[in-house]
Amino acid sequence: MPTKIEKDKLSGQDTTGHEWDGLKELNTPLPRWWLWTFYATIAFSLVWVVIYPALPIPGATGTSGWIAREAVMRDVQQAEARMAPMMSRLRAATPEQIAADPELRAFAMAGGRGAFANNCASCHGAGGQGALGGFPSLADDEWIWGGSLDAIHHTIAHGIRANESDDQRQSQMPRFLTDGVLTRPQVNDVAEHVLSLTNRATDQAAAGRGAALYAENCASCHGEKGEGIRDVGAPRLSDQVWLYGGDKASIVQSISNARAGVMPSWGKRLDPAIINMLTVYVHSLGGGE
Amino acid sequence: MAAIAATGRVAPGDQPVFVEGPIRAFAIATAFWGVVGFLVGVVIALQLAFPLLNLDLEWTSFGRLRPVHTSAVIFAFGGNALFLTSLFIVQRTCRARLFGGDDMGWFLFWGYQFVIVMAALGYVLGITQGKEYAEPEWYVDLWLTVVWVFYLIAFGGTLMRREEPHIYVANWFFLAFIITVALLHIGNNISIPVSLGSSHSYSAPAGVQGAMIQWWYGHNAVGFFLTAGFLGMMYYLIPKQADRPVYSYRLSIIHFWTLIFLYIWAGPHHLHYTALPDWAQTLGMVFSVMLWMPSWGGMINGLMTLSGAWDKLRTNPALRFSVAAVGFYGMSTFEGPVMSIKAVNGLSHYTDWTIGHVHSGAMGWVGFISFGALYYLFPVLWRKKAIWSERLISWHFWVATLGIVFYITAMWVSGIMQGLMWRAFDELGFLQYSFVETVEAMHPYYVIRAIGGVLYLAGALIMAFNLWKTVTEGEAAEPAPRFAPAHAVAAE
Repeated sequence: MPTKIEKDKLSGQDTTGHEWDGLKELNTPLPRWWLWTFYATIAFSLVWVVIYPALPIPGATGTSGWIAREAVMRDVQQAEARMAPMMSRLRAATPEQIAADPELRAFAMAGGRGAFANNCASCHGAGGQGALGGFPSLADDEWIWGGSLDAIHHTIAHGIRANESDDQRQSQMPRFLTDGVLTRPQVNDVAEHVLSLTNRATDQAAAGRGAALYAENCASCHGEKGEGIRDVGAPRLSDQVWLYGGDKASIVQSISNARAGVMPSWGKRLDPAIINMLTVYVHSLGGGE
Repeated sequence: MAAIAATGRVAPGDQPVFVEGPIRAFAIATAFWGVVGFLVGVVIALQLAFPLLNLDLEWTSFGRLRPVHTSAVIFAFGGNALFLTSLFIVQRTCRARLFGGDDMGWFLFWGYQFVIVMAALGYVLGITQGKEYAEPEWYVDLWLTVVWVFYLIAFGGTLMRREEPHIYVANWFFLAFIITVALLHIGNNISIPVSLGSSHSYSAPAGVQGAMIQWWYGHNAVGFFLTAGFLGMMYYLIPKQADRPVYSYRLSIIHFWTLIFLYIWAGPHHLHYTALPDWAQTLGMVFSVMLWMPSWGGMINGLMTLSGAWDKLRTNPALRFSVAAVGFYGMSTFEGPVMSIKAVNGLSHYTDWTIGHVHSGAMGWVGFISFGALYYLFPVLWRKKAIWSERLISWHFWVATLGIVFYITAMWVSGIMQGLMWRAFDELGFLQYSFVETVEAMHPYYVIRAIGGVLYLAGALIMAFNLWKTVTEGEAAEPAPRFAPAHAVAAE
């Protein structure tokens, strides 16, 4: 089709004279503001590549000398330097000393809150409320391994049954049914007895039969009256706080196959100052002794 | 006429018999995959707000459904829209029958649908390369390469046998899109299968080189698939429906060449503050900043073409989609360069702000321009006078626009809040918030975002219904000269 330049009446511009499926084009010049803004972005870019590293040569920097890695290192060092005096005091102090010193305690609580959220909350809950299935609440006065500052510190630093520290919290409940210590009816009787400790037994005769079995097999760790013994991490059975559920089926399951919750040894992972912060923080959640 | 169909060549001033069957199929597939893609998007948006909806099944978990959503909207919905419009437009604006004819069209159609289904099946079953927007494994990649080469042959062949002396601007963009996507696809998918019987493969480049190639690909999937290709669509739809000449031929040349030259270097802005060397990050940023005006060239040409025809927005709701799309395009191509600036990126990176940015482009630009194309092309392809209900187009427009507004604003607030929470320190020097607290804070915005998605999906369902009614009950059009060999017109 021959080129046929026309004048567009509305804009006063010429067309290019081409046509495709009825479509035409005006030959309007580039909008000035568009062109100058484009030039401005190019100028900005040219200045930028002079100031900042823009050459694929090792060690080449821009005129500013800025290097991302160094900038990060500097920021991290500044942040560390700012906290260093308090951190070294926290490392040197015992949890008791920290708890007694208002300035140290405030610092430890602030740091402990974040450290807890990032490291502990996934199992123990954002407020330390715990979760059914082996994640104990840290906000009540029921402590499996002890709720004093020292006991909490030890548990956090060395962990529980994780085989990461020689000083870890260690104990192992037998698998009474699986290992053939008790028969199925005997497990039922013991479970009824355990329920009777909180007045929930449904079969008094079975609970009575279970009492002797309990005294023989369970009392050495969980106590004569189910009060629990912290030295071996055997939880109290005579209250309504249950780690794996307090209904009969859960108790039968616990007796039959045992339970053995695991917690990492945080002493291997976190700065001693942070362990101390966590200790003070956890102690403050509601159940500290 | 038989001779014309066989050779594909026409006498000057005459019209060939265009290939239309496969193009109708692409139109239906566009609407179908759009609904599927938006639906999966709503599902995963709800999963983020309510994790229970993962159903505890591996096949329905977020990690597997997310690529189903992204691939369905980008490659299934967007891809079919691109095949549809490029093959329609290239024939019309070249006055030439599609190279390879109906057989070529049908091969492209079924070959491409096969890619989509294979890819989606793989994701749900856990087969993935783990590369964003390039998740399909090697066997799907190879098949897509075959289909794509035939696409290039079909498109390029049609251009070469054109009966017009010049190539229309829409076709420059389509050709750039087809060629560059071929390069990107092959470049980013070079990998070694574990064995010919294994669905698994190992990427050839590794480490930061692998990441750089991935984002060279990823950013240009946006630049060439979702921008250049859809600009081609825009350059046909807006002047056609506004019945006005394109605003500036010169601007189209300059913004075309600057866009394709600059876009290809902008990928490193996806890797700011990572192990990528500083110099590459710097270049990624400045090329992104320089992209601002080239991107806006397309917006200016779209909007200014409407000078003297703005009243048509009131009477033509389909055109309203095309024009709103250009508006969203302008917004997200301004936001993009801003976010590429390292100081801004330090706040925005890895937050929902990025998700909002992507969706203002995807829902606003890509989605709306495609809806506009479907509303324009359905009556043309099925020889109908008009879309069945203009009122429903208006409903679709407003429901979808409201959905986008919900989506984008929720993600802006959520993303900026997330970025600020991550970097907040207390007076003692400790981080103010833990990660999980930021997640908790984002929950309400995730719900709002899901509502936005539901509205957008509802709009697409309205569209699907309207298109269906158009095909089945629409009033037949008078046979227009451009659909038949136009001897009569030529004789005038």
